[in-house]
Amino acid sequence: MTEIPQSSGSLSRRLTLQLMSGAAILATMLYFVVLNVARDLAETSQDNILFASATAILEATSVQGEEVEVDIPYGALSMLGNVSDDRVFYRISVADTFLTGYRDLPQDPQENGAGSRYFTDTYKGESVRAITVMRRISLNAQAADVAVTVAQTRTGQMATVARMSQVALISGAGFFTVAAVLAVLTARSAIRPLNRLAGSVSRRGPKDMRPVIGPVPSEMVPLVTSLNRFMARLKTSLTRSEDFIAEAAHRVRTPLATVRTQAEVLLRRVDREENRHSLREMIRAIDESSRAAGQLLDHAMVTYRTDHLERERIDLAELVRELVARLQPVAELKDLTLVADLEGDAWLHGDAILIQNAVRNILDNAIKYSPRERKITVSVKRDGESINLQVTDEAGGFPTEGSALLTERFARGQNSAGTVGSGLGLTIAKEVAEAHGGSLILNNTKDGGGACVTLQFV
Amino acid sequence: MRFLLVEDNEGLAGAVLDRLRLDGHVVDHAADISAADHFASTADYDLILLDIMLPDGDGRNFLKAHRARQNETPVIVLTARSEVSDRVGVLDLGADDYITKPFDFSELEARCRAVLRRRGGASSNAQRFGSLVFDALAGTLRIGEEVITLRNRELRLLEVFMSAPDRIFSKSKLVDRLFSYDEDVSENAIEVYVGRLRKHLAGTDVEIATVRGLGYRMSLIPGPS
Repeated sequence: MTEIPQSSGSLSRRLTLQLMSGAAILATMLYFVVLNVARDLAETSQDNILFASATAILEATSVQGEEVEVDIPYGALSMLGNVSDDRVFYRISVADTFLTGYRDLPQDPQENGAGSRYFTDTYKGESVRAITVMRRISLNAQAADVAVTVAQTRTGQMATVARMSQVALISGAGFFTVAAVLAVLTARSAIRPLNRLAGSVSRRGPKDMRPVIGPVPSEMVPLVTSLNRFMARLKTSLTRSEDFIAEAAHRVRTPLATVRTQAEVLLRRVDREENRHSLREMIRAIDESSRAAGQLLDHAMVTYRTDHLERERIDLAELVRELVARLQPVAELKDLTLVADLEGDAWLHGDAILIQNAVRNILDNAIKYSPRERKITVSVKRDGESINLQVTDEAGGFPTEGSALLTERFARGQNSAGTVGSGLGLTIAKEVAEAHGGSLILNNTKDGGGACVTLQFV
Repeated sequence: MRFLLVEDNEGLAGAVLDRLRLDGHVVDHAADISAADHFASTADYDLILLDIMLPDGDGRNFLKAHRARQNETPVIVLTARSEVSDRVGVLDLGADDYITKPFDFSELEARCRAVLRRRGGASSNAQRFGSLVFDALAGTLRIGEEVITLRNRELRLLEVFMSAPDRIFSKSKLVDRLFSYDEDVSENAIEVYVGRLRKHLAGTDVEIATVRGLGYRMSLIPGPS
């Protein structure tokens, strides 16, 4: 069975999350930068007009004898109205003495009596932006500071900033959305070669050990190189073990065949009954050991193949027809009638070699245990969704108790005394059926005259 | 029949040669592919028995070349491989059948017979004895105009008697020829088959006589003259 390694989280999710959190930080920064710039810009433009307005008023201040006279130019205050409909306040004072305007308007005089200073304050319950500009004049031979303060409520400026911040928010969100989509796409395209590699390796047949050629991204070259090296090693060891099994089988079977044939030749030449008896025993022992070896190898092969089923579309009816033709000479030796009862074709997805092996084992059993001159019938019938392959004989049937045990390894039925077998046949058939999601059913025929073995494929 | 045996293991080859010659067949033996090529191109055989693992190559290569030369002689592969893996392969390459070592000679004979029957027969099949014409390959016995189809064991029993008329075969020897070694049969089982053959032979000039204590013998009934 394939062991699934412990997952340490998804690479593509991690990449997506990292890219997206980067995008989120950038989007937030973008938002604040745009907001600040907008606020600065709005403030600066208001400040510039406030400055122009205050300066214009200051310049219109003159000393007439001992009086300070201010002729506020119309434009000085109306220019503020160009920017917004905000209310405008002003205050003019000379040497800390209120001259005209709003008496309680706060001002921010400078120590040295010259220059300008901006400030933000609250006036009449509203936030205002204000400037105080100063000039030092000579009044009655004394230096006196003229301070002109012009203030404007900030409703318009704040509306502008609010509008700008909305724009900043929308563009930030837009930026984030685009970046998030790009992050997902990037993560996907970065992971794609990995997925492609996994796909191309897992789509392979169980015996496909060709190296992966690529092209793969350079970061994956070490991984693919070690994968290829691993597959090459696996291929070598598989080939070696297949060769080993073939070689072992050859080394074991050839001398067995020699001994068996020589024993048969001797049986023809020898007349003494004791010698003949020994020779027969010898042949039996050879048959038993070679059959056991064969079935053990078969069983190993079946176990190996059930792990990696090589499924293809096969016609069970055709497979049975070929097998029956092949086993006919063996059945004829006992004057058994081997009949294939096939109704049309029966296609299924399965491993042909395994299914063939399973059916052959069932038929071998039937032939082996059947008394001479009986009939063995193989039928393939489609029954709704399932396909049933049934082998019926006339050999007396399974003992009523213990037929479930027959499919256990090395178990043999009661009538097996005197018949050569290793007891793996039905086990193999059962394992093959189960590997294909089917089952092996052992019954006796209705009249009790024979056994009925069913391979059911669903 | 004439066989070509391609097998590198001397012990096995010797035993198979002995066994085939016992039945009166003519057998040539090739120990490798080059010898097999030589034999197959110089003589006509009824059947080739081919091993797969040979010292100078894979028997399947011989098979491919053999079929490429349009040589129609049937080939039965003797394989030592496992049951599952590559048996189908040899059939695809043009073998007529295969049998796994170690093999039961009766099975090999049955397979040879089936292959030859499928291929339309060997050179001369029919054997004559008295008024009987026996075709072991077709499994028929012709008596005058009447053609009887014999069951497998009747056929093999008659084959044994035909191989040596007038010779006495013990029940035990006949059991060995007719039944496989894993069957538990009493010697009396042979009486059933002898009985059946006698029924077929009734009214002809051939009889199967019981030789008390020794066995059976097939011979011609001495004529009225």
